[in-house]
Amino acid sequence: MTLDEILASLFPDGHDVKNDNGVVFGTANLRSGHKALVIGVADRTPVGVDAAIRLSAHVLDSLGHESGPIFVLVDSDSQRMSKRDELLGLNEFLAHLAKSLIYADMNGRPTVGIMYGHSAAGALLATGLATRVLVGVPGATPAVMDLPSMAKVTKLSMETLQQKAKSTPVFAPGLANLSRMGAVHLTWDDKVSLPDQLATLLAEMPDAHDRRDILGKERGGRLKAAEIAERVRDLALHAR
Amino acid sequence: MTAPIKHTVQFPADRARATSFNEASARTRVELLLDAGSFVEFIGPTAREVSPHLKIFDLPEQFDDGIVVGRGRLDGSPVLVAAQEGRFMGGAFGEVHGAKLIGLLRAARALSSIPLLILFDTGGVRLQEANAGELAIAEIMRAVMEARAAGVKVIGLIGGRSGCYGGGGLIAGCCSALAVSEPGRIAVSGPEVIETNRGVEEFDSRDRALVWRTMGGKHRRLLGAADAFTDDTVEGFREAALELLGLVGAFDLDRLKAEQLRLADRLRSFGGCEDAIDIWTAEGIAQAETIPELPADQFIVLANNIGRTSRDAR
Repeated sequence: MTLDEILASLFPDGHDVKNDNGVVFGTANLRSGHKALVIGVADRTPVGVDAAIRLSAHVLDSLGHESGPIFVLVDSDSQRMSKRDELLGLNEFLAHLAKSLIYADMNGRPTVGIMYGHSAAGALLATGLATRVLVGVPGATPAVMDLPSMAKVTKLSMETLQQKAKSTPVFAPGLANLSRMGAVHLTWDDKVSLPDQLATLLAEMPDAHDRRDILGKERGGRLKAAEIAERVRDLALHAR
Repeated sequence: MTAPIKHTVQFPADRARATSFNEASARTRVELLLDAGSFVEFIGPTAREVSPHLKIFDLPEQFDDGIVVGRGRLDGSPVLVAAQEGRFMGGAFGEVHGAKLIGLLRAARALSSIPLLILFDTGGVRLQEANAGELAIAEIMRAVMEARAAGVKVIGLIGGRSGCYGGGGLIAGCCSALAVSEPGRIAVSGPEVIETNRGVEEFDSRDRALVWRTMGGKHRRLLGAADAFTDDTVEGFREAALELLGLVGAFDLDRLKAEQLRLADRLRSFGGCEDAIDIWTAEGIAQAETIPELPADQFIVLANNIGRTSRDAR
């Protein structure tokens, strides 16, 4: 799905969202009458220092004098892999974007990631995974790590990896696997109107508490994470 | 009922001074960093909480899944500590490994007044459980910011063999402050990853001098990404951690806005530089090409004179 297609189907009440070399920014009218801030990455663009600083600026500029939810549209490559980006401290720029989104979410601006294309690794951490809920659009192809790269590192064949991926969602790419881990809150149905599904999501928005580990347990993808975190928390609270 | 009293704490400073942080195991780092005998581990190796995923790949497990978490005292005051073991799967984040740090951060948020130290030593996501590792990192970033918003000081110490790469670099960017040593590399894409994806012309991963000056501790200190630099000893990191704990304030929107200005200014000032030496020269350092050879004590004086920090702006 292209950016124009997802914008047209999500926001029939109008929007002024622009795409500047893959950096997406604007506002959209919601059916409720409210306005939402929209940022994102389009056209499978890698996220480097220049894109990240513009996106965080849009989020921070909006805080204080606007209200309403923040949508993060995601169709990116991985983080931009270059000498220049690392020289300038890409880790700080990506973290800063994630922090801006997390801060906004904790302070009255609920964040919704909308994964409509690709994303991977550091770019996914700074965008879709830094939101309160990440929604999958059918056809999206997130991949923390692609199988050819994994085959190279693990020295296993693609066939072996594909075979193993049938028994576990823990390593292989795809929306369904990330959903079972608890990373994707829900996947929209492409036979139902997207504005209807968006309105339902905003009406039933969970509170800002991070429940992804519990979701991952309920869906059978991460059986240990929630329990281990809870045990450590209890031990730390009671240690003397 | 014997509460430790500050001036009676016996700290084996001589051993900590003689021990390389870089070469020490995670357990040795924790033991020598904290006040002697004060460390209590949570879900230690005897609990045998191993990764449930490595057996899919016929890979050996480790009883602590490559991370040590617990509580102890630093100069008499309580601290929570997490230390990654870079020698087990490159210190990479998997489901159990990550969940231990998440639990510790959630406790820190609830306690609000007890600082948390993260001894990073990681290549990033553990490939064999990539989805669980990536998500754990996202949860840790969220938990760090929630803890900081509740008043917790989260200090990162970076000087391990595996550096602080991938999502580890993003978590480091979420901390209140960082201390680094020369071997403490911080980056998102590692040298080999850049070379594999973009070619040797973009980044020659076998050029170790290039790796150190692009991603190493000295460059990160001069950029202001790290607020403290130390020689490669556990005692050096202990002193740096204490110094940073005294400097760090509470997290708020003003800091986030200041970070936006700090990073935008960095792009404006250095965005056209081809190499770290060009950045150091632009910062006003004469004979910038000698920085990699400079001994730690002289480098600390120079870096403090440049005075670039992320204080109040991260």
